[in-house]
Amino acid sequence: MTSDYEHLRHSLDVAPGDEREEGGSVLERILGYLIGLALAILLTATSFFIAGTDLVWQPSIPVALVVLAIAQMGVHLVFFLHITTGPDNTNNVLALAFGVLIVVLVMGGSLWIMANLNQNTMPTDHIMQMQR
Amino acid sequence: MAAMATTYGDGDPHHLGGMQGSGAAHDGPASKRIVTGYGFWIFILSDIVMFSALFATYAVLLGQTAGGPSGRELFDLRNVAIETAFLLISSFTCGLAAIAADERNKLWFQVGMAVTCAFGLGFLAIEANEFASLVARGAGPTRSAFLSAFFTLVGCHGLHVSAGILWLLTMMAQVFAKGFRADIQRRVLCFALFWHALDIIWIAVFTIVYLLGSAS
Repeated sequence: MTSDYEHLRHSLDVAPGDEREEGGSVLERILGYLIGLALAILLTATSFFIAGTDLVWQPSIPVALVVLAIAQMGVHLVFFLHITTGPDNTNNVLALAFGVLIVVLVMGGSLWIMANLNQNTMPTDHIMQMQR
Repeated sequence: MAAMATTYGDGDPHHLGGMQGSGAAHDGPASKRIVTGYGFWIFILSDIVMFSALFATYAVLLGQTAGGPSGRELFDLRNVAIETAFLLISSFTCGLAAIAADERNKLWFQVGMAVTCAFGLGFLAIEANEFASLVARGAGPTRSAFLSAFFTLVGCHGLHVSAGILWLLTMMAQVFAKGFRADIQRRVLCFALFWHALDIIWIAVFTIVYLLGSAS
């Protein structure tokens, strides 16, 4: 019964960007931003380091950069925009998920189709060269 | 327990009533702060969708340099690192200003916003400098499809930052003149969302445009 009431109390929505009322004191909130800042600096520094280094296998670099960027976006969403997985954030997360779906379709679809077109409409002399 | 299950389960699918007795759950529509914030969140997501089209254009045109300079020859990663640091710090201080606004502390709100503004202007100055030097070197947006896409994407982000700074100054003036009224607080919330979102888009810009662009 108690857990039921607990659930109801927590299922009230919060605005995107807002922390929950019981989010804590000012110091705790500043600490949250500091943690976010530290993680973001760490990920950014890693990105810039990896882009210029030859310590790692070169073909892995683009994938590593994309993964680091997505991780940092996640850090910003959680620590700065306060988009969490809590029940009070369901609406915000659903809107975000739809946005991400469109972004993935637009970017992935464009790259895929254009790569295909590049392959299939290659100038004839290029094709001759490749067949040789 | 059984009564509650009926109330919130299938007992009242059209919300005609019956919630009054429970004393819990929603007492009507969400507060104005939630509605405003959510609406602005939808706008930000649509803005990100628009940026994704520009990113896709850039990624497709990355190799189309028309015999002109490629990203590897043009981009100065040290400048980009400074820009990234400026925008990240301004995002952090914007968060601090938002906390000060919640605490209704005028002094720290203005300090936080002023620092945010300073770093935002620093970011814009570096970006304007970069654009000017590119054009001076004959690598303007008319040189190749790659550079057209580059200037469109990064310039669009720069325009967003410029608009954000105008909004930031407006918020400083409004809080100074009118104090932390509820409607002003909602505007501060939306501004903070906007500024943090710009930083998220910048993450994609420095990764896809500069780091991946100078790798290829």
